[in-house]
Amino acid sequence: MTYITKPINHHPRLESNKLGLTRRDYEGSVSTLCAGCGHDSISAAIVEACFQLNIEAYRVAKLSGIGCSSKAPAYFLNQSHGFNSVHGRMPSIATGAAMANHELLYLGVSGDGDTASIGIGQFIHCARRQLNMTYFVENNGTYGLTKGQFSATNDLESKSKYGDENLFPAIDLPSMAIQLGASFVARSFSGDRDQLVPLIKAAMCHKGFSLLDIISPCVTFNNHNTSTKSYDYIREHNEALSKPDFVPLGKEITTSYEPGESSEVSLHDGSTLSLTKLALDYDPTDKIIAIKKIQESQRDGKVLTGLLYADPSAKDLKEILNITDQPLNTLTQEQLCPGKSALKDINDNLK
Amino acid sequence: MKKISSINDFVIKFANVNGSGSASANQMFAKGVFRSGIPVSPKNIFPSNIQGLPTWFEVRVNEKGYLGRREGIDISVAMNPQSYGDDIKELKSGGYLIYDSSWKRDFGREDINVLGIPLTELCVNEFSNPKQRLLFKNLGYVGFLASLLKMDKDIYISLINEQFRGKEKLIEPNVKALEIGYSYAEENFKDFCDIQVNKSNKTEGLILTSGNDAAGLGCVYGGATFCAWYPITPSTSLAESYSDYSEKLRIEIGTDKNKFAFIQAEDELAAIGMTIGANWNGARGFTATSGPGISLMSEFIGLAYFAEVPSVIFDVQRGGPSTGMPTRTQQSDLLACAYASHGDTKHVLLIPSDPNECFDFSIEAFDLADRLQTPVIVLMDLDLGMNDWSTKEFDWDDTKEYDKGKVLSKEDLDGMEKFGRYLDVDGDGIPYRTYPGTHPNKGAYFTRGTSHDEYARYTEDGDKNAEVLSRLLKKYQTASELVPKPVFNQEKSTSSIGIIYFGSTDCSMQETLDQLDEENLNVDAMRLRAFPFNLEVWEFIEDHDLLFIVEQNRDGQMRTLMMAEGGIIPDKLVSILCFDGQPITASYIKNKINAHLSGVPAKTA
Repeated sequence: MTYITKPINHHPRLESNKLGLTRRDYEGSVSTLCAGCGHDSISAAIVEACFQLNIEAYRVAKLSGIGCSSKAPAYFLNQSHGFNSVHGRMPSIATGAAMANHELLYLGVSGDGDTASIGIGQFIHCARRQLNMTYFVENNGTYGLTKGQFSATNDLESKSKYGDENLFPAIDLPSMAIQLGASFVARSFSGDRDQLVPLIKAAMCHKGFSLLDIISPCVTFNNHNTSTKSYDYIREHNEALSKPDFVPLGKEITTSYEPGESSEVSLHDGSTLSLTKLALDYDPTDKIIAIKKIQESQRDGKVLTGLLYADPSAKDLKEILNITDQPLNTLTQEQLCPGKSALKDINDNLK
Repeated sequence: MKKISSINDFVIKFANVNGSGSASANQMFAKGVFRSGIPVSPKNIFPSNIQGLPTWFEVRVNEKGYLGRREGIDISVAMNPQSYGDDIKELKSGGYLIYDSSWKRDFGREDINVLGIPLTELCVNEFSNPKQRLLFKNLGYVGFLASLLKMDKDIYISLINEQFRGKEKLIEPNVKALEIGYSYAEENFKDFCDIQVNKSNKTEGLILTSGNDAAGLGCVYGGATFCAWYPITPSTSLAESYSDYSEKLRIEIGTDKNKFAFIQAEDELAAIGMTIGANWNGARGFTATSGPGISLMSEFIGLAYFAEVPSVIFDVQRGGPSTGMPTRTQQSDLLACAYASHGDTKHVLLIPSDPNECFDFSIEAFDLADRLQTPVIVLMDLDLGMNDWSTKEFDWDDTKEYDKGKVLSKEDLDGMEKFGRYLDVDGDGIPYRTYPGTHPNKGAYFTRGTSHDEYARYTEDGDKNAEVLSRLLKKYQTASELVPKPVFNQEKSTSSIGIIYFGSTDCSMQETLDQLDEENLNVDAMRLRAFPFNLEVWEFIEDHDLLFIVEQNRDGQMRTLMMAEGGIIPDKLVSILCFDGQPITASYIKNKINAHLSGVPAKTA
């Protein structure tokens, strides 16, 4: 069996959103990942975020590379076009696609091998170029499909299931992304839906490069008690910066906070990410504080989660390149071809 | 003293130090001859270096329009003492050597005419700025040549005026430099040289431009809105040409925004990935590269082939293998391109032979890529891409419409019961596709490089996968009917001997064919323009007992393609190969053919 289509029948009284769609309408085919895989929780969170944001699935493009994580786009948003490309090269596909039509929502799904090893060059340049997309790293520290090799995000002290020592330190993708100019950077945990869903919603509404580094335990190869990417380890060491709450455009923030306990990040589309602060001295719009805090938590053996950094006013690639507002893929021949008359001057200049 | 005597038919070679500003002066010399109505073929023979190494610029002037490189130098403008040795050797007996006689020297050859002009002295006297003293030596010898060859000096004065339009204060010192050389020749070498440029009218309907310039413009005309590329000699100027022309022709009125996206990628892998992403989403996108880039792009080319995403790739070939000779020409990426990527893959290749055809084939490449939903590689080479050629004016038919291929609109989808991305509805091997974002609940599919069925679903069913691979072969057959047909040098084959050639070899081949004709050797000739080979190609091969395949590579790659694709008997296909990095010459081809026919076998590779 190579694919499993989900039955389309569902309960008649399922809750529907403003488009009259239920959560089921945002699902994909049946996941073939291992039972308990963190990636499936992320797919469910994406479904929830799209449902809540009333997103039209056909206006979304799902892109991925190769690996367990990159299979995931098949398991959500059936009505979206998907592109399962080559290993580590999803960012380039996303770049070309987003330049061709900037009006779609681009969701890139990648893993730690796909991003931090084979695809690190494309990840770096995609972040640096401020491509308007949401980039998910489903980060489990291991190569699942090839049976459990260390990946470049596996912590130095984290041993393999078979007791092998890891010889090299981990690459921290969020700190890299912040340095590279990514304008929305968050880390979360597949097992923390309350934190994950609002962050996904905010990342999707943000204009520019949004990185979501989501620790997503691999139940088969990296969930043992000497792993730092197991469910238990993350639950015990999770240091959440804030409790995020996504407030759509036109809704008021109703919760009242003591001064200094909360902050708001206004997003490009008018929505707001309201943050109940857990770390009181933290300002997610300050790059230097963000990087310092990430380093400190690493030193202290913590896994820092929540919104790490955001710059809602940053320009995206389309603006940087001064590309017209009409999607390039809809420009007609009349708009594109200079015609015979322009050719006369060109020929004359070459004589 | 013997002097070469010739009107409108000679080869002049400039020897310079690279980075000294000589290239634009040498270009100007060539353009002046072109403006005098005589076809020219300037060729820049340059090192892979920024400054300080020897560089040459060869211009063939030929009223008959023979534009291939020709051996033997008639006039040598030797401005680089480093290379005097080589420059003297190449000069034909009775030829003219022009050198900077600020430092007098004996060249040790009695059979050449040495003309000294103390350029350094003259420029030091005339200009005070040290940079100008160096730079203007170049225009000094252009002026000297204008007098020597009895050319119309005003042509150069207008060229200077055009070149410095917008920087008017540079016109006067440049003209002065030209005059210095011109006057020196008038005073010291009046009527000395028996080689002359006489005004003619053989450049009517011609322009002087490079294949890269033409292809970049072709991409604008072909409707490309996206280019991702990574700098690599000799393809860089193709991407830059697209960008330059787009800056002029593709700015939205009212907003000043770009109706194109131009991205310098981090490497060739990203360049091709972006190109595929743009085409997947319905924009026409391309990338330009050279051999090493093709190697890097190969994985992605296989994805585009198997997932059936259009893409256009220009490969401006240079000397290989590996880094090879980045600034020399070859046609040695044929096999790498025809079968790029792992697994069973075959790609459409277009092979233009001059800048005019580079323009036309760029446009054609986008139509074919969209029609066939597959990568199309336009194979050029350094000689064609980077050197200026006297070529036919560009032409565009305003009634022509882009062929975007089988793309379903929202309305099409509304009227359909079931959409299958990889269903062969028409029996030509080409399925229908949809752009992302077209229809709320129809036409979405998953593009993937993994094995898939007609509905784009992942499958590990071997029969399903074999079906897709077989259909791709059917599509390849369809491609052979759509790609440009070969060009024949005769209406009907009359000889048992045929010559097959392609690409930039064309210019030398026309001269070879005329030479063979003068020797009363009857041969038929065919210029290939595309791969897969169409029926006409196989018929030509069938109709001849002996075929010379002329290629600028070591291994006879085109011959290999013919054997592999058509099962042609190897003995029948005789390779004529040139792979020294210099453009092939007419006499080289002719001598190889004659030698083979008189019993000295040319290589059968």
